[in-house]
Amino acid sequence: MSDQAATAVSRASGLSKHVTGPAGRLTILAGLELAIHAGEAVAILGASGSGKSTLLGLLAGLDDPSAGEVWLCGQRVDQLDEDGRAALRAGRVGFVFQNFQLLPTLTARENVLLPLELTGTPDADRRADAALERVGLSTRMGHYPRQLSGGEQQRVAIARAYAPHPAVLFADEPTGNLDQTTGEHIIDLLLEQRHSSGAALVLVTHDPRLAERCDRRLQMRDGRLEPLQ
Amino acid sequence: MTTWRLTLRLLRRDWRSGELSVLAAALVLTVAAITAVGFFTDRVEATLHRQGSELIAADLVLESARPLAETFAARAQAQGLRIAQTLEFRSVVQGERPQLVLMKAVDAAYPLRGQLRIRSALDASDQAVAAGPPVGEVWVESRLLRLLNIRIGESLNIGATRLRIGAILSAEPDQSRAFFNIAPRVLMNRADLDATGLIGPVSRVTQRLLIAGAVSEIDTYRAWASTQLNAALTLTAARDARPEFSAALERASRFLHLATLVTLLVAGAAIALASQRLVERQTDTVAVMRCLGAPRHLVLRVLIGRLVLFGLAASLLGCLVGWLGQAGLFAALDDWIGVELPPASPAPLLVGLATGLIALLGFAVPPLLQLAQVTPLRALRRDLGTPRLSAALTLSAAGAALALLILWQAHDLELGLKLLGGVLATLLALIGSVLLLVQFAGRLTGRVRGVWRLGLAALTRRSATAVLQISGFGIGILALLLLAVVRVDLLEAWRETVPEGAPNYFLTTIQPADVAPLQAFLSEAGIAAPLLYPMITARLTQIGDRAVEPSAYPNPRAARLASREFNLSYGAEPQADNRIVAGTWWSEGAEAAPQFSVERGIAETLGMQLGETLTFSVAGRTVTGPITSLREVRWDSFNVNFFVVASPALLQQEAASYITSLYLPAAREGVIAELNRRFPSVATLDVEALIDQVRAVIERGVMAVEYVFLFTLAAGLLVMYAGLQASLEQRRREHGILRTLGAGRRTLLTSLAVEFTAVGVLAGLLASVFAEATGWLLATQLFELDFQLNPALWLIGVLGSGVVIGLAGTVATYPLLIHPPLRELRGG
Repeated sequence: MSDQAATAVSRASGLSKHVTGPAGRLTILAGLELAIHAGEAVAILGASGSGKSTLLGLLAGLDDPSAGEVWLCGQRVDQLDEDGRAALRAGRVGFVFQNFQLLPTLTARENVLLPLELTGTPDADRRADAALERVGLSTRMGHYPRQLSGGEQQRVAIARAYAPHPAVLFADEPTGNLDQTTGEHIIDLLLEQRHSSGAALVLVTHDPRLAERCDRRLQMRDGRLEPLQ
Repeated sequence: MTTWRLTLRLLRRDWRSGELSVLAAALVLTVAAITAVGFFTDRVEATLHRQGSELIAADLVLESARPLAETFAARAQAQGLRIAQTLEFRSVVQGERPQLVLMKAVDAAYPLRGQLRIRSALDASDQAVAAGPPVGEVWVESRLLRLLNIRIGESLNIGATRLRIGAILSAEPDQSRAFFNIAPRVLMNRADLDATGLIGPVSRVTQRLLIAGAVSEIDTYRAWASTQLNAALTLTAARDARPEFSAALERASRFLHLATLVTLLVAGAAIALASQRLVERQTDTVAVMRCLGAPRHLVLRVLIGRLVLFGLAASLLGCLVGWLGQAGLFAALDDWIGVELPPASPAPLLVGLATGLIALLGFAVPPLLQLAQVTPLRALRRDLGTPRLSAALTLSAAGAALALLILWQAHDLELGLKLLGGVLATLLALIGSVLLLVQFAGRLTGRVRGVWRLGLAALTRRSATAVLQISGFGIGILALLLLAVVRVDLLEAWRETVPEGAPNYFLTTIQPADVAPLQAFLSEAGIAAPLLYPMITARLTQIGDRAVEPSAYPNPRAARLASREFNLSYGAEPQADNRIVAGTWWSEGAEAAPQFSVERGIAETLGMQLGETLTFSVAGRTVTGPITSLREVRWDSFNVNFFVVASPALLQQEAASYITSLYLPAAREGVIAELNRRFPSVATLDVEALIDQVRAVIERGVMAVEYVFLFTLAAGLLVMYAGLQASLEQRRREHGILRTLGAGRRTLLTSLAVEFTAVGVLAGLLASVFAEATGWLLATQLFELDFQLNPALWLIGVLGSGVVIGLAGTVATYPLLIHPPLRELRGG
């Protein structure tokens, strides 16, 4: 393992994923190699169905690979069972989803508190409030998701993702459900939070403007990643 | 710590957001029904027992042929119970000629329950009095005046003393105990007894200690006294007073428990449907929690913890609703019930709480286990859906909860097992039929077009949900139709067990020489000639090769039955209201070989088996024959009935008296006075008061059952609402797609109407079949009542449910068509 690979917060080696459907075996990822380092922002682009979201799920330990190794925060994810992967994710990995995925029965503040409470963070309340303040929602803490606009919901999701100070944040089409102006604000916020937290950011997106602002851009093609200039 | 904090937070939020409302309503209803019935039966049974007390003039009676030990009275008084003592013996009084009478000497406290009724002259009306005759006075049965040709105010020689006849004795509360007594009755004050000199050390005297007081104290006393019994000492409680009365009470109790069980089943279906919806709604929440690092065991602990806390909260609320419900009902019926009720015990609360938790765990845990299996990847890919529920796990958990609750609530293992078998068979048949019908609808889909295709395809596309939904609707409609069957048909049949015109007079001790003149007299009086049954007193000496020893029976009732004399009868045909339940009745009529037919209850109590030989001692002669049939007797019909009936060959040569019952309207009571005058040896017993009491039990029972069925009705409606809600989440997305593809609102609305009407018709059809079958089973197997098919039920079941579910389903899902499709597609 090279020094560079050893410092990677997320790494995949020889990563493959196949699924069997009615038309036979379909290869989504074919021996893919990737290393993401602390504080780095990486954009993964690609056509629909090219396997971007599958890769994200595998890197975050949400799914099992068909072959290859996946490392997260220095641990082999593919050798852990589901509970082991959950324990690894807790507090170290943040997520931002296209559909926001806020819990509808919890307020904005309670949604942000959720990952902090799962890890038993002692000053959870203060950190949740600070996270919401950083995304400009200190006045909307008691609101439920249905009482917030799409942009506001995504800001709560960003606050939730960064509140536990994760080592890496995975974002799946974070602007996909937002209009252009709101989308740009969300991009600003994501990158700004990345800088202040020092967490690595792995972004799956169709949006070239968002990709432009990342340190590295990778194109998914035929189950492998190629660097984009 | 994390688990508890998360559990409480999610529970609080889910409760507030209404996420758990259907589940909560189902649980509250279940617990409220169980609790209300618990309180209700506790208190009503106590009230009814109190009324039973009026038939024995006390709450408990200790009876002995020897002087009663002082400890019995002393202990009762020490417990704060009221007591009275009576002595009963046969004697001869002297008038124009000597006459055998049944003397009863009572103290000032008699009667403890009920009232004595007397008349000041033969043609005067009855009046109630609180105590027996004063010192120096006797009250006598009217026929004694005629037999001795004496009048009120004259004196009667009783032993060594003379006592003045103060009044005619019309009724004693415990009169029915001397039902077949041939001698006229004389009531005297106990203080006069010594002066008569009639009671000596060898006199045959029946001594009774009457006891009354608070229910709990009576229970304590009865438990103690039961341990002191011997062959010569028997204990009678209010409930054992009369078989007519306890039969009605038994049925009331069965109806109530059945009503509760139906509510439990229907609410269980609502809980299962609501849990299914909860799983759909919470899948994303669990996926996100798993993404954020919550391990599966934590998720499971949070889900189960939330369920248990929720179950406790909803069950407590249910207990409160149940308590308020019964309190409100009793407050409303205060005057009608007419006696002070004992306070409700806390036991029904615990039963309610336990029932709520068992039902919830049984029906909702499998869906929650399913929820804990949600993969975190679902947060990224919504197309992954929810993990499939294990059918074996779901059925076994729900089956175990059902079995536990039914066996527990039925209060009778045999009844519980029968009910459980019936319920499981019904559920399996229902689900099997639904599966077949859904498959049939699937085949039909390919042959129709447009909205019909869309509507029917929706059924088969979501076949698992459709099966759950149609079964849920089916159970809901089944409950509603059963209400119609039970409420209208069964309860009416129950009322009919004591119809208008039920016999209200018993004529006993009719001598053979009086049979023909009596029939002629009744015919002249315009009363349809009643059937007269021969009656022969006998003592049971052997069952099989076992000698009958009362002390060998640990059950006090069995010991009492074994020690007393039986009134046997004989006949060629069984009585019209008897039903042979085992063996066969002698088909050769009067020519049949010697044999017996025994009432099933007494056969069970005394341990008599079909085929065993019974030996009776009849006036010193031994009579033996095998038991060839067991009968079920409707004691509450007020017809003459016997525990043991023999074939004519066995008893017709014995000296017999005759007995019959007849109905006389109030306006024709004069016939009885004339009958008493013309046939002084015939004893007449007016059972109008007893009939009224049995009718009161039935009426109160009917009302209580209808009250409990209100909960069933609510549960039935709730299960249908839960059924409508069950598929909403899946529908939301499908409609978004269909509308994006250009399906107009009208098209979708019509397809919804087609789908829900089809669901309604299918569920209604199945429910009608099962309602009739269940009604028939209940009527014939459980309540021993007649049953008739009800065509209106089918019409209402099939058409009604088609229209109502078609409309309700369409209206409930209409909001999905109002919102822009993008919102549904984005999952907002």
